[in-house]
Amino acid sequence: MDINTLRGIATIFAMVAFIGIVIWAYSAYKKKDFDEAAQLPFADDDKDQLTREQKDTRSKENE
Amino acid sequence: MSTATTPTAYNYKVVRQFAVMTVVWGIIGMALGVFLAAQLVWPALNFDLPWTSFGRLRPLHTNAVIFAFGGCALMGTSFYVVQRTSQTRLFSDSLASFVFWGWQAVIVAAVITLPLGLTSTKEYAELEWPIDLLITAVWVAYAVVFFGTIMKRKMKHIYVANWFYGAFIITIAVLHIVNNMAMPVSLFKSYSMYAGATDAMIQWWYGHNAVGFFLTAGFLGMMYYFVPKQTERPVYSYRLSIVHFWALIGLYIWAGPHHLHYTALPDWAQTLGMVMSLILLAPSWGGMINGMMTLSGAWHKLRTDPILRFLVVALAFYGMSTFEGPMMAIKTVNALSHYTDWTIGHVHAGALGWVAMISIGAVYHMLPKAFGREQMHSIGLINAHFWLATIGTVLYIVSMWVNGITQGLMWRAVNVDGTLTYSFVEALEASHPGYIVRMIGGLFFVIGMLLMGYNSWRTIRASKPAEAQAAAQIA
Repeated sequence: MDINTLRGIATIFAMVAFIGIVIWAYSAYKKKDFDEAAQLPFADDDKDQLTREQKDTRSKENE
Repeated sequence: MSTATTPTAYNYKVVRQFAVMTVVWGIIGMALGVFLAAQLVWPALNFDLPWTSFGRLRPLHTNAVIFAFGGCALMGTSFYVVQRTSQTRLFSDSLASFVFWGWQAVIVAAVITLPLGLTSTKEYAELEWPIDLLITAVWVAYAVVFFGTIMKRKMKHIYVANWFYGAFIITIAVLHIVNNMAMPVSLFKSYSMYAGATDAMIQWWYGHNAVGFFLTAGFLGMMYYFVPKQTERPVYSYRLSIVHFWALIGLYIWAGPHHLHYTALPDWAQTLGMVMSLILLAPSWGGMINGMMTLSGAWHKLRTDPILRFLVVALAFYGMSTFEGPMMAIKTVNALSHYTDWTIGHVHAGALGWVAMISIGAVYHMLPKAFGREQMHSIGLINAHFWLATIGTVLYIVSMWVNGITQGLMWRAVNVDGTLTYSFVEALEASHPGYIVRMIGGLFFVIGMLLMGYNSWRTIRASKPAEAQAAAQIA
């Protein structure tokens, strides 16, 4: 195969892959999953809150 | 500080260790940078000793800031983020501990061997083969701990920050092994398996991907966790973050040849490197905009929260340097900028403005949490640090722009008869004021790091073991 044909195929492959990823990422059926995933950094928030409250109580007790 | 061994708690011990060493190596590596900047102002500071000469200390500075400061920041935050977003303890405590001590051993080995002149001469991969083997062992352990933790995650999804950290870990393993393939001739000397233009291409494939994956993908992982966390709202667009991820890792790997414009490298490879570098602007700015827009509706928080200021200004510098980079990769621009101080300025726009600032912001957020404190000892000191770091970075970048363009123009100036208008020394003399300003900028940055050291020490001193243990409990 001519090297330029290979280059052409590689370029088209990259373009198709990119468009595919964009369509997949922005498709409606993935929306729920991604919204869930976006909340992952806050999975621990209840606990942080709790620790802070405990600390507040403790410091009040010390007063 | 005891580590809770119950499986219901996170492993924060290794996070605390890495957080502390991030600050320590940051101070050492950046202070060394200021010393080198001073050597360029006053060459007498070389002391006429081989061990303190610029050529030996410069790789020590780059290794200390990239791999010691940046490496500890990446390892510490990745262990913190992967545990919290997976809601599970690290895969293995003993392996995590090996990663910490092994990495510190690598850095100490660098501190000893580089001033002695033991070097493989490959930029950013100077360490000799026995240390390279140790790095490989530590890195494999790091990958096992990280991906092992992801595999035992309690959550359905793998958060985007972990994708970036994961890409960074895998790619650095590949880059490190391929670029450091060498034939040892003695315990402290080896020769690269590659020769000529091939060696140069492999070196800069490694070099630019160290930038792309160590200094970019890893720190983007940091950004995708700490910016939403500090803003207290989810990332602007999770979908954009996915496109950002695949586009960025797909493109970076091709950009290396822009370090070799107008060399013996084949022209097609140079052009490929240039074009790929230009396209790279799109994912870079996509990521920057995604981070910045996370603050939409919460911009007022910048008024009161210096940690958020660190994170956002880091993104601004990231946007600036990822615009500058593609521009400098254009061959005609590169003809002016290459081998001048402009390159050094560009690197530090990324290193100080992006990498250091995002790490500093992340550590200010993470360190008190890992030690069971609500926040850092002093918010005022964080604010002072923020301004010192910002002013220092601006002084550094601007002085190097001026120097770089001056040097580029003076070197290429020719008289009507074709002879050079200026000798090299004349260009060097013209650079002297810029070197002074750069040193002052660096000094600002280091003073800020010293404030961070003091602030961290006071925060840690106030921490009680019981508090730290309580903070590590998994909700």
